[in-house]
Parts: sequence; structure tokens; C-alpha cells
Amino acid sequence: MASHDPLVIAGREFASRLIVGTGKFGSFEVMRDALEASRTEIVTVALRRVDLEATGGPDILEFIDPDRYLLLPNTSGAMDAEEAVRIANLARAAGMPAWVKLEVTPEPRYLLPDPVETLKAAEALVKGGFTVLPYINADPVLAKRLEEVGCATVMPLGSWIGSNKGIRTCEAVQIIVEQATVPVVVDAGLGAPSHAAEAMEMGVDAVLVNTAIAIAGDPVEMAGAFRLGVEAGRRAFLAGKPAERDVAEASSPLTGFLEGT
Amino acid sequence: MRVVANGKPREVGPGATVEDLIRFVGLDPQYVIVEHNGEALERKRYGEARLTEGDRLELVRAVAGG
Repeated sequence: MASHDPLVIAGREFASRLIVGTGKFGSFEVMRDALEASRTEIVTVALRRVDLEATGGPDILEFIDPDRYLLLPNTSGAMDAEEAVRIANLARAAGMPAWVKLEVTPEPRYLLPDPVETLKAAEALVKGGFTVLPYINADPVLAKRLEEVGCATVMPLGSWIGSNKGIRTCEAVQIIVEQATVPVVVDAGLGAPSHAAEAMEMGVDAVLVNTAIAIAGDPVEMAGAFRLGVEAGRRAFLAGKPAERDVAEASSPLTGFLEGT
Repeated sequence: MRVVANGKPREVGPGATVEDLIRFVGLDPQYVIVEHNGEALERKRYGEARLTEGDRLELVRAVAGG
């Protein structure tokens, strides 16, 4: 195994290449155990208005150890750049890390990221001192533009959020990987550990998984399976995945066959 | 004195701070994120930020999300 192969984002090293979202778990306890089983070091949360009529119950942050995980607030719910910047500023003022998973998804059916507003928000947030990880469509030109304005990663989607369809954007992601000088994180749509392995084999630097773990029959077991998928894919990439061929190439020697009797 | 918290009017005592309001509605200040009259309020200032008549507050928290 590669002895020291950290994921480096904005100068910070992470041993795990799996980022995990906290949505849709059946309970905070299961979420906590799944995070542990995944060995992730980066965990996303959303921010929402408190329902002041129902303030009892535990807080999700009681279940996410800040010494163990980098808390990555997302800007989900933002319809435009201004709202995304507002959410990020709130999170930072409240003492969360100045890191933000930027997502601007005004359209509810496919939750596709708005490229124009995402770029605008990214520029403003970078200027404001944030480490910005933008969720984008698998658009190599946009990825380059985001990198140029100072984003710490680019996070192209594999398929629609929560769709579990896997990496349907292979060829565009491949171009993004080829051109990027910041880490590429495939975010959204990965529905099985094999999908995560496939992305990692392509040379992406990390993946972000939420739904596929959270709604699995056994989320803790699935978190461990994703850990292995990511690790397998990464090791395969580093090992040098052989090229595909259109015809057979024998694995056994084609000489020294037995003579007919 | 009346302020508006998360879109609804709420009565608070004279001299109350943002932290007083957070505790009054049953929340733990360490888990609450506050926007006070449109500005993000730093957590360390919750105890000193005094409320005045008509103030608008957004109380926000981290929730599960990808």
C-alpha cells in the first residue's frame, strides 16, 4: 500500500479520500457510527433556520467530533450567489471552519448547480478568505474558471444528487482530471462502492458520498464498504491501470502445447 | 420590547442580549448561528449584543446534509 498518499486540499492533509455527507441517516447515532466506519476526515452539514416551536432534542454537532473531522458546511438551499455567500458568512461567524462546500442549485427536480451563480459566489468567497469547494456539473471549462478564481478543489457530479446512478460523466470528468491543478472530487450520484472505485481509478483525488451510505440497509456496513472501494480505486490508479484492448491477449503461454496423440 | 425572531414577533425583557434570547427559546448558544439585522454575528459576541425594539434575528443551526 502507498505508505504516504494524503489528499491535500488548500495545504491541509487528509489520510482519507472519502468525504461523507450527513443527510438522510435514520438517527444521529447511526450517522456517527457510519462516519467512524468510513474513516472519513471531512464531513458536510447544511444550515437551516431553527424551528423555534420545536427546539428540544440533541444537536447534530454533538455527534460530529470537531477534533476528528473537518466540518464542511454546505450552502444548500442557496438559489443564487448572494444567498450562498450569506450562508457561508453565517457559518464562519458562528465559529465553523472557513471552508465551504459551495452549492447553488436553484432548480429542484435535478438539483443541477447553476454555473454562473456558482462562479460569482466562488469569486466572492475566495476574496472573503474562504476555502471554497464548489459543486459543479462535469464541465471542464467551468472547472478551469473556478480554479483560476482560487477554488481549493472542483467537485463535478457523477450523476444527479441522490440518484445512485454512478459516474455517468466519465469522459468530462477525465478531461477535468487531466487539466486540473487542484484536487478533483466527484460529488453526487455515486450509488455503490464500485462507483467510487471507478471514479478513483480514473484518477480523481477524492469522492463525496452521502445518500448511498445513509439509506443503505446497514449504513455502517456500507460506510466501511465505501472506504474499501475508495481505497481499492486509489491503489489501482497508483498501480497504473492497464489500457483496454479490443481483442484477446492470452494470459497463458501460446507455446509448448501437448502434441496430438 | 418586541423583536422578530425567525419571522415571528417575540417579547423580550429590557436589556436582553442575543444570548438571553437563545436561552429563552430553549437552545444552547454553542450550537446556534445568528444573523442580527442582516449581519452575521460572531459567536463570542452573543452575550454582549443587546437587543433593541424591532430587531430582526435569524437563528440558524447545522442540520444533516450532503
